Amino acid sequence: MQLEIHHTTRYRFAAPVTFALQQVRKTPKSTPHQSVLDWSTEVTGGTKQLRFEDHHNNVVELISFDRNTTEISVVSRGRVALEDNHGIVGRHRGPAPLWLYRTHTPRTQPGAGVRETARSVQGETTLDWLHALSTHIRETIAYEVGSSHPGWGAEDAISEGRGVCQDHAHVFIACARHMDIPARYVSGYLMLDDRTSQDAMHAWAEAHVEGLGWVGYDVSNGIAPDTRYVRVATGLDYADAAPVSGMRIGGAAEALDVRIDVSQQ
Amino acid sequence: MSETEIFDEMWGTDARLRAPYSGFHDWLECEDPKRLRAKQREAEELFRLTGITFNVYGKAEAEERLIPFDIIPRIISGPEWARLSRGIEQRVRAINAFLHDIYHKQEIVKAGRIPEEMIRRNEAFLPHMIGVEPPGGVYTHIVGVDLVRTGPGEFFVLEDNARTPSGVSYMLENRETMLRMFPELFSQNRVRPVQTYPFDLRRSLAACAPGCAASDPVVAVLTPGIYNSAYFEHAFLADQMGVELVEGHDLRVVDGRVAMRTTKGYKPIDVLYRRVDDGFLDPLNFNPDSTLGVPGIMDVYRAGGITIANAPGTGIADDKAIYSYMPEIVEFYTGERPILQNVQTWRCSEPDALAYVLDHLDALVVKEVHGSGGYGMLIGPTASRKEIAAFRRKLKARPGNYIAQPTLSLSTVPIFSRAGLTPRHVDLRPYVLVSPGNINVTPGGLTRVALKKGSLVVNSSQGGGTKDTWVLED
Amino acid sequence: MLGKTANGLFWMSRYLERAENTARLIETGQRIALTRLGDDDAREWASILQSAGSHPAFMNAHEEVTKEAAINWMLRDRDNPSSIRTCIEAARQNARLVRTAITGEAWEAINAAYMSANASLARKVTERDLTEVLQRMRQGTALVRGMILGTMMRNEIFDFLRIGTFLERADYTARIIDVKYYVLLPSINAVGTMIDNVHWESILRAVSGRGGFRMEYGAGGGPREIVHFLVLDKRMPRSLAFCVSKIEDNLRYLDPDGRSPTLRMVRDLKTQYLSHDVSAIFDYGLHEFIQSVLSALGDVAAQIERDFRFYE
Repeated sequence: MQLEIHHTTRYRFAAPVTFALQQVRKTPKSTPHQSVLDWSTEVTGGTKQLRFEDHHNNVVELISFDRNTTEISVVSRGRVALEDNHGIVGRHRGPAPLWLYRTHTPRTQPGAGVRETARSVQGETTLDWLHALSTHIRETIAYEVGSSHPGWGAEDAISEGRGVCQDHAHVFIACARHMDIPARYVSGYLMLDDRTSQDAMHAWAEAHVEGLGWVGYDVSNGIAPDTRYVRVATGLDYADAAPVSGMRIGGAAEALDVRIDVSQQ
Repeated sequence: MSETEIFDEMWGTDARLRAPYSGFHDWLECEDPKRLRAKQREAEELFRLTGITFNVYGKAEAEERLIPFDIIPRIISGPEWARLSRGIEQRVRAINAFLHDIYHKQEIVKAGRIPEEMIRRNEAFLPHMIGVEPPGGVYTHIVGVDLVRTGPGEFFVLEDNARTPSGVSYMLENRETMLRMFPELFSQNRVRPVQTYPFDLRRSLAACAPGCAASDPVVAVLTPGIYNSAYFEHAFLADQMGVELVEGHDLRVVDGRVAMRTTKGYKPIDVLYRRVDDGFLDPLNFNPDSTLGVPGIMDVYRAGGITIANAPGTGIADDKAIYSYMPEIVEFYTGERPILQNVQTWRCSEPDALAYVLDHLDALVVKEVHGSGGYGMLIGPTASRKEIAAFRRKLKARPGNYIAQPTLSLSTVPIFSRAGLTPRHVDLRPYVLVSPGNINVTPGGLTRVALKKGSLVVNSSQGGGTKDTWVLED
Repeated sequence: MLGKTANGLFWMSRYLERAENTARLIETGQRIALTRLGDDDAREWASILQSAGSHPAFMNAHEEVTKEAAINWMLRDRDNPSSIRTCIEAARQNARLVRTAITGEAWEAINAAYMSANASLARKVTERDLTEVLQRMRQGTALVRGMILGTMMRNEIFDFLRIGTFLERADYTARIIDVKYYVLLPSINAVGTMIDNVHWESILRAVSGRGGFRMEYGAGGGPREIVHFLVLDKRMPRSLAFCVSKIEDNLRYLDPDGRSPTLRMVRDLKTQYLSHDVSAIFDYGLHEFIQSVLSALGDVAAQIERDFRFYE
């Protein structure tokens, strides 16, 4: 399957920005099951400073805002060819050691909620257990758009009983790591069946299972990622894989406008 | 420990003058103590005038203090130094190989020589460095190895300072002061020079420039600013190297490089000798509240646009828990037996070791593994029974946080006091420069001396002073 | 050179010059007070504070103007940004910041001036010791200037030091001429009297200009000549014309193509205020003239910050 992706992020400011930098992670990964046919990023109101591949093999582009700009837009577009792998991404490749994905971050730090969730899930094999975990999270944490805060960790989502895909992924990762299973956060594009236009990227999780390697779990949709899923960035949690993270001086009253189109070619 | 066991570097243990001091002793015999006292005062005046001070934190106004300087040099013979410097070089070589391995394939973990937890649970391990190739393959451009001595041939490494070791300006100023005050001593004794250090440092840093650098790389020193306790040293080194001294707010990412704001616009820097800790280096990637760093510098680094010296993440190599594995680390990467000894270390994470430590708390020094000295530390022999009991509880609660070492009977060197020469305990910090294919140990280093009688604390903040350190030719 | 370094150099030399000038101003005040003919202390010291531009700040901290309080304020009060002590501390702080740009000798001289100020100004200075202390402060800053002149390369580092020095000096000379305005303000009819002459004499002293003036004008010369001497004489090293031409010279070294707005502003200042004869100044009104020059100098300083990226 071949997908065409178009991703625009536009910021507007009431007051000019003195200085700002943004790390942008929007470029899909090239892996055995996913090849990037072409990809480009254009920036207006800012300057592309550099690009590098980080320790999770994410392509990171650093963008600076032009001085005194009041509007900046980052437009990425390209085509990606996908092969179905039934959610199995495959063996771990470096440079990060596999054990890194057993380390907790502030967002995945287990508390009573994570411990209780992990305990209540049963499964014969690791794979079974992970499936059951995914189902359990989907059943107990309601998917509600706009119901959570981007700063939330796994415990927040569990105690509130609601969240978005990001929260589902965090809870899944936290529980898996609590059981000493390596797990990671994935941010990516998803082609929806009913429409092409979306206002956010999707997020899911992957866990590492002996013999299979990395296996994907889209907790929010209750399925394994297939050829509609484009893996973009991975990491220990949202912070590592966020499409945009940055800092800014000046530029009050930010208005953000995101538009993503994913369609089959 | 009884007084008689203490090794004095001038008089040995049997009050017989040791050979390296004979030339100096001849000179001293002919000196009038009054003249020496005047010289001692003159030296202090000199330090005050040149502004060789360190700032004291926690005062309403940042107070500037002098580190006391003692005019009696500490003297090391040529052969003694030859062995020491070989040992230091070996250790530093191993540290760089270890760092490369830890941030790449982790062969030493796979080989079972260091437990994975030691790395995984280590706060000094910096994931951002995974897979990064530092320009020239160098991680620790500057190392200060802390050594202590307990006998004629017994040197122990106390700590490998692989982050941003300080104090080298004192090494240089101490020598400068001795040369100004006692020129005759240096014509009578053949002392190996240290004055080329700033030049060597600049050359060594330039040799580690990234591929995109100009043929004469632009080097700069990054300081946290004039209120930092070591500001004098930062300015001193920049001045001596003839490079810019910059602060975070002078720098910005421009055209994919880190550039400094000059009167004529932004100019890219090739090598940044930073005296700012990892956590404060980049508010975009690390502590977002830091105002000392440069947003995005880590990104530029990872894209190969700048050399950061020392590389971020080198703290894993001088961590106290890792320290106990240094003999294994040296053997693993060099295939040689370590020339310098480690101080015997009990890792309280191991049950047998813990049991031993709990039984011998009154004789041991117990240190927190990730703490950087001073806090949460127990010095058994001088602690009260109550302190030991309290520490025992802490230790039992989280044994993995602690290591224990025996108290060493540090060697002494005489200082010049009102009562004449009297022995005081010393340590030694030699400075090592690393560039591709080259490890350069400056002969001597900084000798710190505990000015209080019997004290083992050489820290400048706790009554320590410094001495000129001589390495004799041949 | 780093923008920050240029800033540090500029302010280091400004503060040094200001420390010296504050010392001169105290001497002038002392002299006017000592040679007064029936006037009261308070008014004269208030005038001195006014010309130093620190009268409002002084009155915030004090009930009334007394000689003792005024001297202490100008000498050693940390709340006064122009007191000798504040200036020398600030000069040293800036020198620390630009330690790598100046020579060891220059740094040691600043450090020595600082240590001497610390020792001399630790306690209130009695009237008996005042002359000696002021002398010591001026010697300290003079030594720094000497070390700078004698040991430093003539490059952009030097240029920024000189620009700072001459901007501050021009500012001071303008202010000292204005002392005359403030002191005489309530009694305009004193013009041409004995007191008037004493005042002008004190002002010449305040800029070390008595001897120079006598060389030029012999026993003659009145207010017009003095104003010409202090404003327009290009050989008098503290005159406005002299200082401004030095600023222009050094700016030209920094900016040989003459593109910077600063250089244009300095040239405008020269044409507008320093290219006429002295009667034009009196026609304009001496006080008004001085105020206009002070404001133009302030604009130049602000433009230098921008042109040479002191902050951004």
